[in-house]
Amino acid sequence: MNYNIILAGVGGQGSLSVSVVIANAAMKAGLQVKQSEVHGMSQRGGEVLANLRLSDSQIQSPTVPRGMADLVLAFEPLEALRYIPWLNKERGVVVSASQPIRNIVDYPEIDSVLAEIRHLPRFRIIDADGIAKAAGNPRAANIVLVGAAADLLPIPISALESAIDEIFARKGEAVIQANRKAFNDGKTQFGK
Amino acid sequence: MQLVLSGDEAVARGALDAGISGAFAYPGTPSTEIMEYVQDNLAAYVAGLPEAERGKIVAQWCSNEKTAYESALGASFAGARAIVSMKHVGLNVAMDPFTNSALVRINGGLVIVVADDPSMHSSQDEQDSRVLADFARVPCFEPSDQQEAYTMIRQAFGYSEQNEVPVLMRLTTRLSHARAMVQTGSPRLPAPKPKSNDPKSWILMPAMARGRWKLLLEKNAAFRRDAEAENTLQLRSTKLGVIACGLGLAYYLENETDWVAANGGASAQHSSKGSQRDGATPGEAPSLLRITRYPIGHDKIRQLAAHVEKLLVIEEGYPFVEREIRGVFGAPVPVMGKLSGEIPLEGELTPESVRLALGLPAHEELPPAGIKVPGRPPQFCQGCPHADSISALQEALAGEADFYVASDIGCYTLSALPPYRAVESCVDMGASIGMARGASCVGQKKAVAVIGDSTFYHSGMTNLLDAVSHKTTLTLLILDNSTTGMTGAQPTISPTSQLPALLQGLGVERDHIHELISLRKYQDENAAVIRSELAYEGVSVIILKRECLEYLKKARKA
Repeated sequence: MNYNIILAGVGGQGSLSVSVVIANAAMKAGLQVKQSEVHGMSQRGGEVLANLRLSDSQIQSPTVPRGMADLVLAFEPLEALRYIPWLNKERGVVVSASQPIRNIVDYPEIDSVLAEIRHLPRFRIIDADGIAKAAGNPRAANIVLVGAAADLLPIPISALESAIDEIFARKGEAVIQANRKAFNDGKTQFGK
Repeated sequence: MQLVLSGDEAVARGALDAGISGAFAYPGTPSTEIMEYVQDNLAAYVAGLPEAERGKIVAQWCSNEKTAYESALGASFAGARAIVSMKHVGLNVAMDPFTNSALVRINGGLVIVVADDPSMHSSQDEQDSRVLADFARVPCFEPSDQQEAYTMIRQAFGYSEQNEVPVLMRLTTRLSHARAMVQTGSPRLPAPKPKSNDPKSWILMPAMARGRWKLLLEKNAAFRRDAEAENTLQLRSTKLGVIACGLGLAYYLENETDWVAANGGASAQHSSKGSQRDGATPGEAPSLLRITRYPIGHDKIRQLAAHVEKLLVIEEGYPFVEREIRGVFGAPVPVMGKLSGEIPLEGELTPESVRLALGLPAHEELPPAGIKVPGRPPQFCQGCPHADSISALQEALAGEADFYVASDIGCYTLSALPPYRAVESCVDMGASIGMARGASCVGQKKAVAVIGDSTFYHSGMTNLLDAVSHKTTLTLLILDNSTTGMTGAQPTISPTSQLPALLQGLGVERDHIHELISLRKYQDENAAVIRSELAYEGVSVIILKRECLEYLKKARKA
């Protein structure tokens, strides 16, 4: 079993911590992981990409080959489009937040961006920001997105939940609860 | 113990488990996390040492890579194991101690870890540190994954001591910044050696240096033999011989099963465990020579070439091994790689580029989006002090026809991009002041240098001294955010409060040193100060102060 994830967002959105949550959960479930990310200059408000590979055997390339991603988890819809060539033609799914981050002058019409996602064979679009706000923590939009993709991952829900609890453990009970709710609300959006 | 570590962290863990007494570095992507890991784990490390050793352990950010290197060298002379870490261009800064320390007798193990950045994710060039190790005639170790990074740095300290030579360990971005599971071994406690009584082996005056150089050249034969013994050869298919260096192995193994299937083999099960197959039993997979150490020996390459129809060299960075194999008179079989064009000469290796070089078809892809997906370049954080400093400079220069703004290396270089387009050059650490000075010397009006505090301490100070000594007219803006921002807010070597005194000590006239707070609401007054100094015939320095937001965030967390 191999499962390849591209996490795409904009610097500051917390995509790298989501990568850690999923990786930790996968390890709890007995899988091997390889995570790759780029630090430094690109983190300053630019496009941020993390690669996460899960497998029950040894993982080689630190990055996901083009055409081999099972999941593109996009924290912003334009960033989802950027990684379409990485999606596997037969099984790749895009799970994308709907809210654009317009920090560039040539950001396309949001409707056309979302329409492009809807043209893909398999996609989920979710108002991660709105759901996180309603859950009591606007900063938990990234965890809403994990919830929205939870049933696609080769990881038991319980492992994801405890990985989320662990990463927020130091921030106190209120933050843990808000993130649990964010995860669940993301999960139930797609009837799971 | 099993840990999940990035390549940088695996190196740091390995260095601690090898019993280092000193770690020295200057931040630089993708090497920064080496020192960060050592510092984060230092208290636990020291607590595990005998009482008498506890006061002798340090992990320090230094002014620059050269000073860091020299501290590590001194620690080695004193008998302790020391690591110095930097990014590839940092080694240029430390080149003087690096090449010369190859000649001296290393006492405590000295390992230089250099993280190269092919594809320039966060760098200004993609130079290959293996070339510089070769230039200095020192052994170079290049791990292929995180586990090997851990194991290999421990070996590197031993090798350095046995051979009395510095060892360079080369990482690349995708190894430094990828995380995987690492099995650690039992730690070795620091066991400093006595300082020797043979100063001749440490003094590179010509008469002594000649002897040391000869000795180093002689040692190189042993380095080559040892590397040859470590680099493993598996003779399998005669169709293709793969030479995989460092991380290149991972990209090869990613595609090995498909190669076997495409070349008439059973869909083999040995894709991931290829390295454990030994001997000359021909199998379906390509014959494979793994290179993790340099300078390379030639026997295994000859054996491989005699066994196969053609060779493919997979290496990150320059076609370093490929060039050595080709030579002037050509190889006995075709050699594919970066020079022949099967793998792009520029940029990092990817699973795709290696796949194509192996003669495999690309994986099928969905068509790209039907609309143009614009790039999203990095930009200033919301509320960044640099943005306000740059705006003040632009206001001061408004209406000027003839000026030159030289930038340095740091977040403020982002002001080269729209909407600012404020700076005109960015080359290397500390260069802004020298470039503005040189331009001014030959008649450029209103020469301005923009530099951050950390970069100023790194290598801007000597350029400023040149300007003061020669009374060059230039305006220097030091954007003082109290930290090294771009690499994630590491502490600068000297506090903000000391900067004016330092400038005066360098000879800048007191009346032409200004300390301003960089806030949008002060933009007009700040611009007025800059404008008046632009008119001054001499050296003026304007410090624009406000803390980096990343730094504040980090301080709040701590």
